[in-house]
Amino acid sequence: MKKVETSENEGLLVRRIENGTVIDHIDGGEALNVVKILGITGTTQESLSIATNVPSRNMGCKDIVKLTNRELSKEEVDRIALISPRATINIIRNYKVCEKKGVEIPKLIEGLVRCPNPGCISNTNEPIRSKFEVTQKGLHCHYCNWVISRDITSHII
Amino acid sequence: MSFESAMARLGGTSLSVGSVEACSIAKGETLADTVRVVSGYADAIVIRHPKEGAARLASEFATVPVINAGDGAGQHPSQTLLDLYTIRQSIPIDNIDIALIGDLRYGRTAHSLASALSLYGARLHTISPKGLELPSTLVTELSEKGMEIVEHDSIDDVIGDLDVLYVTRIQRERFPDSASYFNVSSNYRITPELLASAKDHLIVLHPLPRVDEIDPRVDELPYARYFEQSKNGIPVRMAMLLRVIQ
Repeated sequence: MKKVETSENEGLLVRRIENGTVIDHIDGGEALNVVKILGITGTTQESLSIATNVPSRNMGCKDIVKLTNRELSKEEVDRIALISPRATINIIRNYKVCEKKGVEIPKLIEGLVRCPNPGCISNTNEPIRSKFEVTQKGLHCHYCNWVISRDITSHII
Repeated sequence: MSFESAMARLGGTSLSVGSVEACSIAKGETLADTVRVVSGYADAIVIRHPKEGAARLASEFATVPVINAGDGAGQHPSQTLLDLYTIRQSIPIDNIDIALIGDLRYGRTAHSLASALSLYGARLHTISPKGLELPSTLVTELSEKGMEIVEHDSIDDVIGDLDVLYVTRIQRERFPDSASYFNVSSNYRITPELLASAKDHLIVLHPLPRVDEIDPRVDELPYARYFEQSKNGIPVRMAMLLRVIQ
């Protein structure tokens, strides 16, 4: 009988990386959105491994993203908190975890989300990046006061 | 025009961008560039723009003070100051019953006035066609500030309770055809007959221009204050300009 995968033997699913970042404890099913938030597309150079719906003792199931040869900045890491506030970030150097940190919901999000209001000045050719304040009700457009209260990922640029 | 008049009365002059066709905007210049250029020509910028948030953007690029004279369906704060001034001329603002009637979704004057009145304990009554109600985000924000908001199907339901009736224009372009526009707008028309059951001290305001949402016969009634309100725009805007320039 096949052994149930746990966080200890996830290597069976995805190989250990030498250098880079492991994003662990992503809410189940959100890994692809995390990748989208990080701006990783088919044309970017990173080698990327994704495990989705891996059994987790604390979370029931979780997703894991491994990025080779790229260490995420604080700004990038905090963006992940918007969709997966329990995610943890492990910076890997020479196969060892050198840094481990949680994600913090940022106060301000710039250039990540498009304002859904077609009449908003941020949806024109002005030399600005979209800007949202993160509030308890959702993302509040700095320019037109529109509030995105759900399905944030569908508005990611 | 009222800002130009206010500036002239302060002894200053104003440069008007005029029509979009006549300026650099028609050539594709961004608003950011326009305000940076105009910052070098003037002591303050007054901006009215069809996009929401335009005035905020302008303030980020201008090196002189920027006054929002209306941004799309967003806000119209200078109108609100003169609205409050006009109400205050008749009655104390605190705890009034005020009705906003008309296009409350796109009507920026209604948005700004409702926000300001939430500071005065006002009870807000709203009467608007389906689809043109006050934006839900604004309703939530006002309710959280403790404002009581009551939605009505008809102005008849509430006319006798009001201290202020604030009428806004319902724009024809919000409707698929002229017939449905006339059908709806006729239900929101203010007439002397409707005002027969109003309180004696009720005042009727309108940010103007009006089309046919207020019967011209109302102009002769003591309730009508919209031309006084319009006139108040001059001293209020003079005060605003002086404040930002000094």
